[in-house]
Order: sequence, then structure tokens, then C-alpha cells
Amino acid sequence: MSAPGHPAAPCRASSPRLPTPSQTAGPFVSLGTAWLADAGTVGETDPSAIVVAGSVLDGDERPVTDAMLEFWQAGAPGASLVGSSQSWSGLARALSGPDGRYRLVTVKPPALPGPQLQLQAPHIDVSIFARGLLQRLVTRIYFSDEEANQADPVLAGLASPDLRSRLVAQRSNADDPGSTNGPPAYLFDVHLQGDRETVFFGPR
Amino acid sequence: MTTAEAVPARPAALDPPYDYPGYHSTRLRAPKMQLRPIPPGLADKGGPVFGDGLVATEDHDLTLGHPGEPVGQRIIVTGRLRDSAGRPVRRQLVEIWQANAAGRYRHDLDRHPAPLDPNFTGVGRCLTDDDGNYRFVTVHPGAYPWKNHDNAWRPAHIHFSVFGTSFVERLVTQMYFPGDPLLVMDPIYQSIADRRAAELLVARFDMATTVESWALGYVFDIVLGGAVPTPVDG
Repeated sequence: MSAPGHPAAPCRASSPRLPTPSQTAGPFVSLGTAWLADAGTVGETDPSAIVVAGSVLDGDERPVTDAMLEFWQAGAPGASLVGSSQSWSGLARALSGPDGRYRLVTVKPPALPGPQLQLQAPHIDVSIFARGLLQRLVTRIYFSDEEANQADPVLAGLASPDLRSRLVAQRSNADDPGSTNGPPAYLFDVHLQGDRETVFFGPR
Repeated sequence: MTTAEAVPARPAALDPPYDYPGYHSTRLRAPKMQLRPIPPGLADKGGPVFGDGLVATEDHDLTLGHPGEPVGQRIIVTGRLRDSAGRPVRRQLVEIWQANAAGRYRHDLDRHPAPLDPNFTGVGRCLTDDDGNYRFVTVHPGAYPWKNHDNAWRPAHIHFSVFGTSFVERLVTQMYFPGDPLLVMDPIYQSIADRRAAELLVARFDMATTVESWALGYVFDIVLGGAVPTPVDG
């Protein structure tokens, strides 16, 4: 009930509403989001585990030390996923550290048909949140050792091999440098600006 | 059965631009190349599903979990999460983080010389209910200074991170408080060119949410945008 002299609140259920705008996650995004940074991903010792790692760099090629990266992907068939008893959310997070580096342990997703039934090469969709980003940035990670990349419709939509290469994580010759006999590692740096600026998608 | 193709239904101007000179941190972080169209499929239903076990019931109350109660004005922040079609987003994750009542974050990089509160971490989360409603109990965050320009102060705000039912509906934003004199000079808030859109980030003080002799109530409804799937004959 409205107080006397005050207009009644508009009907919330039926009125068409503008979407709520985005704001930056700010410098302290890790405070609110770190709790999920290791949830739901595959264990490092799992035989199907891979590592995706790299740096987030700004327009001066300096490390972005306060980014939160979010990875959405399909799970690999047969992978045993941590927390699978609650069903894996398909979401993983990583925070960039003081050196701008992030590291994700996951499984390589399968190739899946897209909306027009065109096969999409294995990929992980990425959102990047940080101070200075008034909206998230969206990019996509493909894998250098996948033949399916040749026919992927999103990669095919990029004009040059150089642009396409910016969406492809390179299989490292060394296994994950963070551990001995670790999982296969793929390197994917995010350049927010510059000669090698990452290909970003949007709006939304 | 229909298939769907991503058609941007969201007026782009409602979101702030990446490059906003008044907010200096955008200078070296805003991308310079044209954004590419969102890959098809990302507007399809299928966001992450968070099991009930992921979030504990008490996680929605930021005044719990410490030996004592935090200092500050106790408040309730509640609202409804809806998708771009106006449907409630059910059983989905809402996360918040904020400064304490003195305007200090519990974060190593926060150097503001205001006291930390041993009884306040400033982090909460919950799942929406079957009507899309969420509810947090916390304390009113303080404003705090930042280095963006001379005598710059961020208005009191709570960071919100919400998920929808598809990738394109993912949203991170900030909730502000009504009547805050700092809003008109805050470049982050002002980066939203459309005034109606910006005002959606200002919560509404609500007596119906206010609990007698205990806490003030604020309502902050969230509508997720992004591209919507347009059904086509398949």
C-alpha cells in the first residue's frame, strides 16, 4: 500500500522494462568472485585435464593484475568432473595474478553443432571483467591442434590468418610449466589493445 | 523444433561504452578494434546451472559469519531477476561484494585509510527463488575516495554479478542508493549516456521491505538484456 499522497508503484509484472546496464567489476572483483575460481573444473590429475594459461595485457603491454576471467564450455564426454554429483555448471573462473597471468585447468570441449547445424570446432567462450572495463569483454579460445578449426564458421568469418590466429590457443611444446608431467598446456594471451589486440565479440 | 540465431535486441547505447575518457582506467583497457558479431548460439538457452549445494543459506546474510555484528546501518536489499522477455530467472546465482560502512574493502589493494571491520567481509551470494527473487542482508556501504581525478569519491554502491539463462544475459553491474549527491559527479555512473537506463541502477527505498526496529529496505530489480533468440522455422 502506498503512503497517502504518494503515487502507487507502477505494475511491475506487465510494464516493459529497459535492461539493467552494465558497470565495471572494479579493482576488487576478486573479493566477490574468487570463491568460485576453483569450483566445477576438472581435477589436475584427471587424464583428460588440459591447462589453458596466459597473460592479460593492457595497451602498454603491461600486465592486467586485477582481471576475472570466466570460461563457459561444453564438457568432454566421459570426463569425470569435480562436483559432478551436483552437475557441473559448465562455468569456470580464473583470476589474473600480480604478473597478469591466469591459469585454467579444464577438459577440452568437444566439437558441437552450432545453431545452423554447422559444426563448431572445440572452443571455450570467455568473458573478461576488470577495472576499466565498463562492460565485460567477450572472446573465444580455440585450440591449435584441432583440424576442425579449418571449417569453423566463426574463424571463417575473420578476414585474415593473423586475426584468426588471435583466437587460437597454441599447444605448448612443454607440458604445463607449473608442474612436472602435468596436463597438456595451451597458451592464450589476451591483449586488450595494441598490434595483437585480441578479437572481441559484442555487443553482448 | 526451432533453431535460433542471435539478433541483438538490446539498444547498445544503454550500456556504457568501453572507451570513456572520464574514467581513466578505460584508456589502456578499452579495445580499439571493431567488435565482431557475437557468435551464433550464445543467445541460446543454456547458462550454467548451479546446484543448491553450491550456496549456503546463510551466504545471503553478510552480517553473519563473524564473532560479532558489523558496524553500520543494517539494510535489506531485495529484488527480482528477470530475463529480456520479462520472465523471472529462477534458481540462478546472484553474487554481491561491497565496502564496509567506513568505505573500506577487505582487499589487499584497498589503501583507503578507513578502518577494516573485523565483523564484515562484504561478500554475499544466493540463488533466486522460483519467482526470480533474491534477498540480501548487509550494511550500508560507505563512499570511498579513488584516484581518478582530484577529490574523487565513488558513491556508495554494491557490486552485483548475475547470471541469466544464456551467455549473452550475463551481467556485472553496480547498485546505488537513492539521493546520493555523488552520483552526478561519478564517471562510472555517468558513463551510461541514457538517464533512464542509469537510473535503473539506483535502488528504491521501500517501507514494505523495511523491517521494524531492525533494518531499512531497498528494492533493486534487475532485467537482463543481451541478444534474444529469434525463432525461425527449422
